[in-house]
Amino acid sequence: MAPQLAITLVFFYWPAGQALYQSMLRQDPFGLRTRFVWFANFRKVLADPAYLNSIQVTVVFSLATAIVAMVVALLLAVMAEKAVRGKGLYRTLLIWPYAVAPAIAGMLWLFLFNPSIGSLAYVLRSLGIAWDPLLNGTHAMILLVSAAAWKQISYNFLFFVAGLQAVPKTLIEAAAMDGAGETKRFWTIVFPLLAPTTFFLLVVNTVYALFDTFGIVHAVTGGGPGKATETLVYKVYNDGFVNLILGDSAAQSVILMAIVIALTAIQFRYVERKVHYG
Amino acid sequence: MKFFGFAAGAAATLTLLSTTSAFAVTQISWWHAMTGANAEVVDKISKDFNASQSDYELVPVFKGTYPETLNAGIAAFRAGQAPDILQVFDVGTGVMMAAEGAIKPVAEVMTGAGMTFDKSQYLPGIVGYYSKPDGTMLSFPYNSSSPILYYNKDIFQKAGLDVNNPPKTWNEVWEAAKKIKTSGAASCGYTSTWLTWIHLENFAAWNDVSWATQQNGLAGGDVELKINAPIFVNHFQALADLAKDGTFKYGGRTSEAKQIFLAGECGIFTESSGGFGDIVKSGMNYGIGQLPYDSDAKGAPQNTTPGGASLWVFGAKSDEQYKGVAAFFAYLSKTDVQEYLHQKSGYLPVTLAAYEATKKSGFYDKNPGRETPILQMTGKAPTDNSKGVRLPNLPQVRDIQNEELEKMLAGQQTAQQALDNAVTRGNAAIKEALEN
Repeated sequence: MAPQLAITLVFFYWPAGQALYQSMLRQDPFGLRTRFVWFANFRKVLADPAYLNSIQVTVVFSLATAIVAMVVALLLAVMAEKAVRGKGLYRTLLIWPYAVAPAIAGMLWLFLFNPSIGSLAYVLRSLGIAWDPLLNGTHAMILLVSAAAWKQISYNFLFFVAGLQAVPKTLIEAAAMDGAGETKRFWTIVFPLLAPTTFFLLVVNTVYALFDTFGIVHAVTGGGPGKATETLVYKVYNDGFVNLILGDSAAQSVILMAIVIALTAIQFRYVERKVHYG
Repeated sequence: MKFFGFAAGAAATLTLLSTTSAFAVTQISWWHAMTGANAEVVDKISKDFNASQSDYELVPVFKGTYPETLNAGIAAFRAGQAPDILQVFDVGTGVMMAAEGAIKPVAEVMTGAGMTFDKSQYLPGIVGYYSKPDGTMLSFPYNSSSPILYYNKDIFQKAGLDVNNPPKTWNEVWEAAKKIKTSGAASCGYTSTWLTWIHLENFAAWNDVSWATQQNGLAGGDVELKINAPIFVNHFQALADLAKDGTFKYGGRTSEAKQIFLAGECGIFTESSGGFGDIVKSGMNYGIGQLPYDSDAKGAPQNTTPGGASLWVFGAKSDEQYKGVAAFFAYLSKTDVQEYLHQKSGYLPVTLAAYEATKKSGFYDKNPGRETPILQMTGKAPTDNSKGVRLPNLPQVRDIQNEELEKMLAGQQTAQQALDNAVTRGNAAIKEALEN
């Protein structure tokens, strides 16, 4: 057997199969009493208002994070391209946050915006904003999106810079000679040519926001207040490891797996077709 | 579940590592969740125990937070690699009790090793909580704590409150908090850690009202929450009203509010006696009082219930290992060991002898307030409402309560709605957990 096949079997199919099997069981935490219940766990999870709320939270969170992270990164990349001196320094500084672990990024933002001791929370309050992410769900979501997007901006920035450098200077110069202004040049030439990069980043950012932000949620809000920031991934953890309801948790992770497969398929089938690879 | 697989694998490696170095001595593994000063206590006790005899070697292993430690123990059990001793927090007690096939009651461990286990030598409130309804002791209480009231004396002075007379009832707390806020002595009057543990579970016990049916779940069976009774609703509505203008400030679901108090933002604070160390370290001019009670409650103050953690022994180990565990528990019960644990960590002593010895040594005269949690827990013989609370899924039920209370404090619902929802959702979750 080819080694890559063996690795896929051991590290993907086996755990995925285990999750599927577990998702049809009802079991006490210690595994002493087990009942096979077919799809009862799925029915229960999908009928649970808390789960539907969690889907909504995840959609809002993922979209907001991906959009904020990409827009800001593109803006920074275009700005950095324009810099005449110190280009390398700008880039290095902007790439730094990517080296920060998600949980640490979460803690940094938590400290900055902590209602009691955070310096930025102090600024907000002196501006007359009643900043309280501990009780206000919208504030908590804003805090989470900021932390998650901030961490991803460097990564996006790196790719946008590379993408911008690949745009032929001759095209831009020709357009400039024809009298196209800066904004016009960006939207008609640069942005379409960046499409492959943008598409790639869209996939990466969505997947990141959906599945890689557990550490941030765990560190910043723990899913609260109420259930205002409980994403799907966080709910899998909370139900399985805090509440010890293994069947529900496994059913949720199987649903997540289906979502990933579906998302990837849709993105490559429909979105990629519209992307011009030059 | 791939996560479980991984944790179990890590656990297996660990056990392998620890057994290879064993020679003639029997190794006893102890997984715990203690950090900081409390971790030093674990290490010192282990070292001293190992030095005191030559048959057994106790190996303490830090496994993370309380929930992480519990999960590590469960994962290791599922992989057939359970440690000998696992430290489980109060909330996990019901989880462990429901797993009768996985654990060995401490009472059996002791008698099996030929030792007599005299329950009367231990603090009754604590022992009762860790026993089966028939009185069989299931786990060994290692660290127990109780919620008490702390207050900032400087803020009290500024607000014109009596520095030597902390509020005794909740109404007095509300009044004092308002005075602190309106006088400008501090930006907030009152804050609290652990609303579920202090304002629901201990509130019920201390005021001698029912938290749930079946002796708050201790008698087992079909348990229904009672926390939407008028006394709870009035209490939480008062809290919600104070939250509106910031007289009460919410800090978070566990002990986050400690930061608010330590920063000098609030004048009054309720928190576990186990949090004592940090308040001393901060250098604040603090005072300690009893947990406030509700002046409308007839039996108040009754007694508070223990928080903290206990040590559970896993089943299916060799006789030699059980003898080692028994020897360690016997060592742990010694008066000087308990005295050290109590005075160093701020947790309660579990034996009456250690309490008496500490009292005699003049420790409480030098450290006023350190006796308060013990007096609270042992002042009166516990009633059906005050032996503690127990559910097979208490972590989940607390989560539900926290969510509803947060919505209430954010002004999205009244106390009545919040507690009604907490009862409905909590009862559904309990029912489901019992079906498993």
